[in-house]
This record gives sequence, structure tokens and C-alpha cells, in this order.
Amino acid sequence: MSDRIFGAVGLCLALFYAWATLQIQESFLSDAVGPKTFPLVIAVILGLSSLAILLKPDPDPVWPGLARLAEILAAAVVMILYAEFLPIAGFLIATAFAAAYLTWRLGTRPLQSLVVGVATSIGIYVIFKLVLGLSLASGPFGF
Amino acid sequence: MDTLISLADGFQTALTFENLLLALLGTFLGTMMGALPGLGPSNGVAILIPLAFTLGLGATPSLILLTSVYYGAMYGGRISSILLNIPGDEPAMMTCLDGYPMAKKGMAGEALSLSGIASFVGAFIATWGLILLAPQLVKFALLFGPAEYFALFALAFATLGGVSSTNQAKSAFAAMLGLGLAVIGVDTQTGVPRLTFGEVHLYDGLDFLVAIVGLFALSEVFIFLEHRHGESSASGAKVSVGRLTPPWKMVKETTPTMLRSSFLGFIAGVLPGAGASLGSFISYSMEKKLVDRKGTFGTGDPRGVAAPEAGNNAAAGGALVPMLALGVPGSGTTAVLLAVLLSLNITPGPLLFQNNPDVVWGLIAALFIANFMLLAMNIPMVGLFTRVLMIPPRILMPIVAMVSFVGIYGISGSSFDLLVMIGFGLMGWVLRKLDVPLVPIILGTLLGNTMENNLRRAVTISNGDYSVLVGSPLAIGLWTVAIVGFILPLFLGRFVKARMHARRDDEGSIAD
Repeated sequence: MSDRIFGAVGLCLALFYAWATLQIQESFLSDAVGPKTFPLVIAVILGLSSLAILLKPDPDPVWPGLARLAEILAAAVVMILYAEFLPIAGFLIATAFAAAYLTWRLGTRPLQSLVVGVATSIGIYVIFKLVLGLSLASGPFGF
Repeated sequence: MDTLISLADGFQTALTFENLLLALLGTFLGTMMGALPGLGPSNGVAILIPLAFTLGLGATPSLILLTSVYYGAMYGGRISSILLNIPGDEPAMMTCLDGYPMAKKGMAGEALSLSGIASFVGAFIATWGLILLAPQLVKFALLFGPAEYFALFALAFATLGGVSSTNQAKSAFAAMLGLGLAVIGVDTQTGVPRLTFGEVHLYDGLDFLVAIVGLFALSEVFIFLEHRHGESSASGAKVSVGRLTPPWKMVKETTPTMLRSSFLGFIAGVLPGAGASLGSFISYSMEKKLVDRKGTFGTGDPRGVAAPEAGNNAAAGGALVPMLALGVPGSGTTAVLLAVLLSLNITPGPLLFQNNPDVVWGLIAALFIANFMLLAMNIPMVGLFTRVLMIPPRILMPIVAMVSFVGIYGISGSSFDLLVMIGFGLMGWVLRKLDVPLVPIILGTLLGNTMENNLRRAVTISNGDYSVLVGSPLAIGLWTVAIVGFILPLFLGRFVKARMHARRDDEGSIAD
């Protein structure tokens, strides 16, 4: 079943891709092939392979339960927040929170995760910023 | 003779203090990443690329660092295979079969040191193979025009799926997805934006480094979250090593095995789409057929440890040949290495050997040096790496995620790239669940623009006549191999793949 859905999604993607390709504004100065040919070929093969997946699906993979799925989405949300807050809060604070969250969700006890998070953040800061001289995001406090 | 002179020049490049230090660091990190289940050569190299950039390393030093990691990971994978029966990375899968039984018999130290020697032999022979074969391939590649290059890229995509996936349709899907992503951005020939939907960030195209780190490194974090696999694999098992030198007799017995496997592994590595996993698989299978008269393979036969280790290290070297000589990588990790070259504005392929001989030969010399370092590191100091296995993923995986973020942010300093990377991480997780190989996606994003440019150049030169694509015997030959390479696995591949896939689950998609 998973593969049938996957194939259908792939087919939609191929159609969308072909449509988006046809929207490309062609310049009056174009080479013999033009900017549309290659993406159109891609869309066709993408569609054909999606069709093959749809018609001849593999056995279903083992999908995680709803709780695990929520876990993955929550982690993704935390990462997105991390990406957004990194320039605002600065590297040390943002990273400590994100690392603490991830290690907590992977099964560390809450208090210990906080310690691990802070240690990870400081460790990376020391190695990459102080030793290697990389530029990391600096927040309002300069770190 | 020319080769030896070039090699001597290469040693001059490699033997600077900085490069030696980088090789040492790379081999150490690589062995560690190889040993840790969950980090393998491709994602290990992937998270280090952005760092190599932001540190402002030049082409040769970056390549030395990253290929040392690559070779190191090939050595390191065996450690957890032997001690815990869990392959540290994909190519070390076959080492479990005889390595773990040997460890159970109390011969863990012998197995580790013997496999260290086998790895050395494999890598050493493969590096010589690289020296001898790559320049020949370059001479051949000089005959290629744009049409032939276009056919060559098609060949790479067609054959890539043959081994790396159980389903050809899925590998074709992955390749097209990658090529499709490469199209995004301003068209290089006419200057019109394509598929950008007005988003200014996309005008430059997607940065393939962002895609690579997301697909390889972040998706791994999601896999661990899914299984909540946070405890260290070694926590339950008692890791005891014992004596760290193999008896001389054992080395002598396994020497023919090592030599045969190295040779076979090297060939497997050179073939497009194969890579190190196939190298260790066919080396083990062939040795089993050839010398296993008493049926001892699978019960702790030293030859069963030496064969896959020599095979996978030789294949690692072999996979560098098409990457350097043609610019077409045959495996996941070499695709990642190609990304390094492209980002450094170096075009691999025949011109690399002419324009940047210092890069090529410096790299080759560094491979020799790294190999000796690895031998020294992996026999007397192997105890250090067995301790690495005690690091629980619940601490390791957040570090991997954070280092990925640091690296990507360090390159561009934009949150947008981080968001794209998270998107790729989630996509990678879903695709891995669906058993869609990730390597063709990476290869597609890397090669898409070159492939399209070659197509357009070929057709433009012939005034819009598309028949030029099959206009020379060479091009026709390449297309034939591509078609056969795509269709043949549909019939023949099931047997080999069923056996190779027997032991892999989520790791299969990032196979090297």
C-alpha cells in the first residue's frame, strides 16, 4: 500500500514538475535545445518510474506507530525552531536547548540531558569557534 | 617512469606538516566513525565537508582530510562487526559472518589484527591499482566529446541502481529526483530562472552540500529517534580483546586470500554503481567457493575475516578511479567526495590530471601515508576504538545533528539553508523507509548541470540535430552498456541482492 501511495505522489510530482517546466519564460536568445527540454525529459522518466512503482509495489515497510511518528515530527519542529532562533539567541543558547531536547528524546534522563546539552554546546563552541576559528551565530550576548 | 616522477611530486605535496596532521586527524576520525554503528563513510564524510570549507582548507588538504576519513571508515567498520556482531557501517556487513564467531571463540584480538592487516593489503593494492589504471582511463576519456559525456552520465545513473537497490524503478525515481533538483535555479545558458517560484534564495540553485548533509546525516538522526535506539550497542556485551597480534601461521595462511580478494574488490570498486559493499560481498562469496573445503566459513574461519576486509578496502580505492578520471563516482562516498571537488571549483575528469596534477598525486601519496597510519592505529591502538563503541547514540546523535547545523550555517550563514537541510533530512527518512536509494539523488544533484550542459553543447554544435547523441561508435557503446546495465539486474540481480539485503535494513539506502 505504501508504495502505491508513493507512486501516486511521485506521479503528481512528475505532473507538477512538467507543469512548472512549461511555465519557464523562454528568452529570445536561446540555444537549440532550450531550457525546457531537459526538465521535461526528467518529468517523463519520473512519471514512468512512479507508474512502475504504483503498478508493481514492494512489500510494505514497517512504519512506526503514531507516537513515534509524532516524535520525529516534534524533532523536526525543534530543529526548525533552532534554525530560526539561531541568529537571534546566539549559538550557545540555541544549541544547548536543541541538543538537550534531542538527547532527552533519545532516552537520557531530563536533568542529565540538560547537562549533556550544555556540554555539547560548549564543546562544539570551544572546538569550532575558539580552536578552529569558525564563525558561529552570535546572539545578543556575543556568543 | 612518468608515473613514478609524478608520485614523487605527490609525496612532496603530501609530506607537509599540515597535510600529515590532516591525514592523521582524518584517519582517526574515520576509524571512529566507521566503528560507530549509525555513522558510516558517506555520512561521516558528509558532515565533515562543510567544516573543511569553513576552515578555508585548499583543495589538496581538504581532499586529504576527507579521503583519510573514507579509508579510515573502511577500517573502522570491522571493529563492531567482530566484537558485537553489528556492522559498524554497510561494507563491514560480511565481516560479521566469520569475525563474530572468531570473537566468541576468544580470538577477538587475532580477528581484529588480522582484519587490520587485510584492510591494509586491500587498500595498498588498490592505491597501486589507482595509480596504474586512472591515467589509462584518462587517455581514454580524452576521446570523449559532449555527446559521449552525456551518454556516460546516463550510464552512471542506469547502472547505479543495479546494485544499490532492490527495485530499479525506485533507483530511476531517485536519479530523476536528484536531476530535477539540480535544474532549480537560473539556467546557465539562457539566464532564465527555472522552477524557482519567485524565491530569491533558489536563484543560485540548491546547494548540494545542504542536500547531502540533510539526506545522509540528519536522516540518520531521525532513524535513531524512530527506534528510540539510544543505548550504546556495547553496553550489554563485554568487550574483551585479548592478544593483539595474529599468529604468523595465520597471516601466512590467509595471504593468498587477501591478494585474491584485494584484486576482486578493486575491480568491483571500479565498476560504476558497485562500491565497497559489493566488493566485500563478492570477495567473501568467491573465497567461500574457492577454499572452503571443510565448511568452516561462517564458524570463525580467519580467511572469512580477511576476505571481506581486503575486499572492501580495495573497493574503496577502486571507486576513486572513475571519480577522479571521469568525474563519475560509482558509490555513495565517492559521490560525496565529488561534491567536495565541485565546491572547490575543481572539475574532476581527464583535465584534472592535466591542470591539477598536484591535487591528484598529492591525494594518491596521502592515501599511501594514511594507509600506513591506519595500520599503526588499527593494530596496537585498536583497544582505544573498542572503547568508542561505549558512546551511546543518545549522546552521539545530537552531536551529529548539531555539527551538521554548524557546518552548513558556517558556509552560508543563512537560516534558509538550515530549513532546506531539515526538509532533506525528513525526505531522506521517508525515502529510506520506502527503500529508495539516496545515492542516485545525490549523484543527480551533483551531475545534473554538467549532464544538461553536455547535452545542450552536443546538440548546439550539430545545429539542433539530436541524432548526434548516438553519432559515434563510442556513444553507441556507452548507451548499450547503459541499457544493458539497467535491464540486466531486473532479471539477474534478484539473487545477489536478496543475499546482500538479507542483513541490511535501514542502512541499505545509503550503502557504499
